[in-house]
Amino acid sequence: MRTSRTTLARRAVAASASAVIALGALAACGSEGDGEDEDTQNAEDFSFECPEREDGERAPDEAANEEQPFIFGTPGVPTSLDPVLASDGETFRVTRQVFDTLLDHDCTDMVPGLAESYEQNDEGTEWTFHLREGVTFHDGVELDGEAVCANFDRWNNFTGGYQSPSNTYYWSNFFRGFAESDPEMGVEGESIYDGCEADGLTATIRISEYTANFPGAFSMATTAIVSPGSLEQLTDDDMDAPDSPLPEYSQEAGVLAGTGPYKYVEWDHSENAVTLERYDDYWGDPAGVKTIIFRQIGDGNALRQALEAGDIHGYDLVSPADVQPLIDAGFQVPTRGVFNILYLSYNQVSGTLGDHAIREALSYAVDRERIVNSVLPPGGSVATQFMPPSLEGWSEDVVQYEHDPERATELLADAGAEDLELEFCYPTDVSRPYMPNPKDIFDIIAQNLEDAGVTVEATPITWVDYIDATNQGECELYLLGWTGDFNEAYNFLGTWFQTETTEWGFDNPEIFDGLAEAASEPDADVRAEHWIELNEMIMEELPGLPISSSPPSIAFAPEVYPPDVSPLTQEDFSELYFAAAE
Amino acid sequence: MLRYTVKRLLQLVVALLGLSLLLFAWFKSLPGGPENRMLPDNATDQQREALREALGLDEPVWTQYGEFLGRAVRLDFGNSLSSGRPISTELADRLPATIELSLWAIAIAIGVGIPLGYLAARKRGTWLDFTAVSGSLIGICTPVFFLAAMLKVVFSQNLGWLPTAFRLTPGTDYTDVTGLRVLDGLITGEFDVAWNAAMHLILPAIALASIPLAVITRITRASVLEVLGEDYVRTADAKGLKAQTIRGRHVMKNAMLPVVTVIGLLLGSLFAGAVLTESVFSFGGVGSFVYAATTERDYPALMGFILVIAVSYVALNLIVDLSYGFLDPRVRVRS
Amino acid sequence: MTLAKIEKLDRLVEAGVEARTAEGGSLWHQSLRRMRRSPMAITGAAIVGLFLLIAILGPWIAPHSSTAQEWGDEVFLNRNIFPGPRAENWFGLDHLGRDMFSRMVVGARQTLLVGVVATLIGFAAGAVVGGVAAASGIFGGRWGQRIESVIMRSVDVALAIPMLLLALSIAAMLGPSLTTVMVAVGVAQIPIFARLLRGSMLAQAHSDYVMAAISLGVPKSRIVISHIFPNSLGPVIVQATLVLATAIIEAAALSYLGLGNPDPGSAEWGTMLADAQRFLAGAPQLAIYPAVGIIITALGFTLLGEAMRESLDPRLRREQ
Repeated sequence: MRTSRTTLARRAVAASASAVIALGALAACGSEGDGEDEDTQNAEDFSFECPEREDGERAPDEAANEEQPFIFGTPGVPTSLDPVLASDGETFRVTRQVFDTLLDHDCTDMVPGLAESYEQNDEGTEWTFHLREGVTFHDGVELDGEAVCANFDRWNNFTGGYQSPSNTYYWSNFFRGFAESDPEMGVEGESIYDGCEADGLTATIRISEYTANFPGAFSMATTAIVSPGSLEQLTDDDMDAPDSPLPEYSQEAGVLAGTGPYKYVEWDHSENAVTLERYDDYWGDPAGVKTIIFRQIGDGNALRQALEAGDIHGYDLVSPADVQPLIDAGFQVPTRGVFNILYLSYNQVSGTLGDHAIREALSYAVDRERIVNSVLPPGGSVATQFMPPSLEGWSEDVVQYEHDPERATELLADAGAEDLELEFCYPTDVSRPYMPNPKDIFDIIAQNLEDAGVTVEATPITWVDYIDATNQGECELYLLGWTGDFNEAYNFLGTWFQTETTEWGFDNPEIFDGLAEAASEPDADVRAEHWIELNEMIMEELPGLPISSSPPSIAFAPEVYPPDVSPLTQEDFSELYFAAAE
Repeated sequence: MLRYTVKRLLQLVVALLGLSLLLFAWFKSLPGGPENRMLPDNATDQQREALREALGLDEPVWTQYGEFLGRAVRLDFGNSLSSGRPISTELADRLPATIELSLWAIAIAIGVGIPLGYLAARKRGTWLDFTAVSGSLIGICTPVFFLAAMLKVVFSQNLGWLPTAFRLTPGTDYTDVTGLRVLDGLITGEFDVAWNAAMHLILPAIALASIPLAVITRITRASVLEVLGEDYVRTADAKGLKAQTIRGRHVMKNAMLPVVTVIGLLLGSLFAGAVLTESVFSFGGVGSFVYAATTERDYPALMGFILVIAVSYVALNLIVDLSYGFLDPRVRVRS
Repeated sequence: MTLAKIEKLDRLVEAGVEARTAEGGSLWHQSLRRMRRSPMAITGAAIVGLFLLIAILGPWIAPHSSTAQEWGDEVFLNRNIFPGPRAENWFGLDHLGRDMFSRMVVGARQTLLVGVVATLIGFAAGAVVGGVAAASGIFGGRWGQRIESVIMRSVDVALAIPMLLLALSIAAMLGPSLTTVMVAVGVAQIPIFARLLRGSMLAQAHSDYVMAAISLGVPKSRIVISHIFPNSLGPVIVQATLVLATAIIEAAALSYLGLGNPDPGSAEWGTMLADAQRFLAGAPQLAIYPAVGIIITALGFTLLGEAMRESLDPRLRREQ
């Protein structure tokens, strides 16, 4: 890779300066605003990106690995076996085992995937990938540049319902549109995809305009490479409306072949189960367990009970309240690194929060440490800015707002806002990776604000309406967050602060222009400088209060040797196996 | 009789049309459309608006209703917003699970409830009667989801006797014949499958059976008591008929009539219980599908489902009523 | 099946009419006297009485605030630390460090409120629907009978929809809130009350005193409003007692399905029970307190209602 990367260690130390590990020490109150190292109690060597693995290798139980299926409980069902038609984690968890992307992640660092190496030109408009040798798809076809180009060309040439953002959201997000964008399908932009050239084992992809989504986009699960043999069987003309059912081929095993360690065997819709089987000619280390079944179980309670009863061998998004009981019962709950942000937005549309002093007061009022210490999964930390510390561009010098209720009351009094009333929205029926049980978090913040003399009007909104309501600026305060797709600050900051929106309701051209400039900068190091500056500007402006970065927990049965856990929740299930009893 | 049948049919069609219109208008008037469900968290407002237009959500409600009705008649309820698959397929896929669970629950409720109710009536005033009556009252008053959760905590989680979820251990090979797993296992001779499926059914079926069991016990007890007091039973007794004959021919036969009718009535509450039980036990039937559709505001799925249920209820209702008409001339006269 | 439901309701109607007409008011008195001797009625009344007492006095009995997170820094749900019963907090703390005992005591009122309001909604709307149907059936002539037929047929269809499903779709539409639960549970009861009141009123219409009033030339509207309607309420009130129990349980079910009261400030048993499901592994007591509360209360109302019904029902009376 061309760009040099600062070591993890440096950033880890920087991160720990502002973070508190859940150790039960709750003394850090009333310290000054720009908290330095001395008033935090933390393990210096704890890496929030990717905590060290503590368990050693274990001897595999060969018989079990061949005969016993590994059953993984999932909170939701995948939407499609073809990742390009999806935008959700439930789908990607499955497709990542079957397909490979050009670039991959190790922890949060971009590493080679199907491409052993790549080059970009100075403008960032030409990306040349040198593919691995000897990679075969599940249908026996060999991987070459042509195969890569065939995939990208297919995606860019999607028509009809395929173009709808409800299906190919990520493609139109990265490439802005299609060869012939169809406004009727909800896509109006012009594609920046400018063709792909294959030459043996190299593929060169051109884009007409650089954005900071690259090269991250090449690591995204949606740009995984499907066998040309499979593509030949597809006609891509069976979806004419945005709400047409997804094509048959994406709903059942049979057509799609990838290069991953597993291949599709079956998708049983009535049981909500997807079965994968080891691919013996996989280019990397062969998968540990022969058969993996992803089986949906509705809620966290049921998942935990199923794991405890031995009905499943692992599950994701463990509720924070279940982590300790599971560990006590001998189950494994490896801590993921953090790669998300939960924030409290101060929406300025209604005007009340337009006063910087009030926003500042609220920020001092909120006890973020209590949230991290008592209701979020272990391994989380208080956030100081709108991105997790593992990203290039995270700043050590942003303004910080330590919990200080007295100062909050004072500031409110100075601003003449003693009898402040605020509408505070939170989502129901949902548990997001960055926000398990939003109501608990809401409860704590609401109490903090009440203690500071603010009258809180609780406004619960169903999750499906929540995004809409908060986007429209209907709530003065609301909780939301974001989990990163890949290692690029733009994936976080760009999500929120590109322009004036009703989502935030503030107008700060300095931030908007700075962001546009950073996003079009192809040099990652220069870009990182921009992000640092932007983070400092944003925290000065204080459009909202970043609350925490906390890893969603994943649990495994005692007899399983778990895979390395990923901050991006991109676990490689081929790494896990049943271990022999010791 | 024909006139009566036609009249009832027409009334039902009108009622169903009304119901569908009401449902449709209701669902449409709600804030927050399906487009929110179809896009990721950070989609822009333009993307949302564009998708609304593309989905035809900006057309007049009447046009949308017409289209909806036209398709509904052909059993096409559109696609589920959460899975993207046709709703009719989703429902058809999951129906066997719910049917199997309900059959088991009803079997438990009848198998235990009738003998228990009968015994309670025969031994009126004893501890058995007291236990049966108070047990059934508590059964009615316990929230189904709480009972299901407690059963699971005790028998699966703590004792480890029974599985906590699913219809079969995932990865079990089975041959699908009727969709009812236990029956399939017996038909095809895969007895391990039948056993496996039966183990998975026990707890959910018990939880689901709790309310029907309580009701059937009480109704049986009440109607046996009533029949025992009837003159013809007393006459039979006085005639010196054998106790067994009296019980079999006179008491049980006559006491069963109200019980049988009430079992039909219970199908409604059974269904409500299935939504809760299936969601606790991840049973993968229609119940959990509907629950998911509710929380995710999967309107098309919810509407399709309510219509299917309403039509089948109304149809069953009609059959029952008509058969009453045949059996009992008084009904015909009254209407 | 609907027939069976209808039959059950009709029987209650008959019982009420018989009680009213056969021996004037004295049979009601008899029923009351009989109830005083029934252990079922006594137990039911005792439970209901205690519950009402707590519901009314709750805020004064509660030793602590039911909403303030007074011990918030002693609870760590992500490490399964939930302080249990102790001198200060008799029932321990909930997941946010609030006093569980106070929440239970204060929550009784909310729970009662949900039950009563839901029942009143069902009762009021059901009374209007059933009343209009009956009135037009009795005095509306040919057209009136058609109107009655259409109304009652719709009520029958509504009776056929499982109650929880109806409540579920209403709750899904209105969004989660306490009001939603009350409306949803209440609306689901409308057809039952409508059917009951209409049957009861029709039965009254044929009674002697109505005949007498008609022959005396009393205006029809007055007969309906001041004679038939009030005299038809007996069975409806019995049913209302039973519905109260159902409403409390249904409300808990809706909360469990995520459609209940999301307001963290107020304590309500159904919401508390639903919310505590996720702590069943580490802190089952959080679920058990409200569950026991709900079961006992529902039991109280059911016992009372059943006892009332039995004491009114001539066929069951014979057995006692």
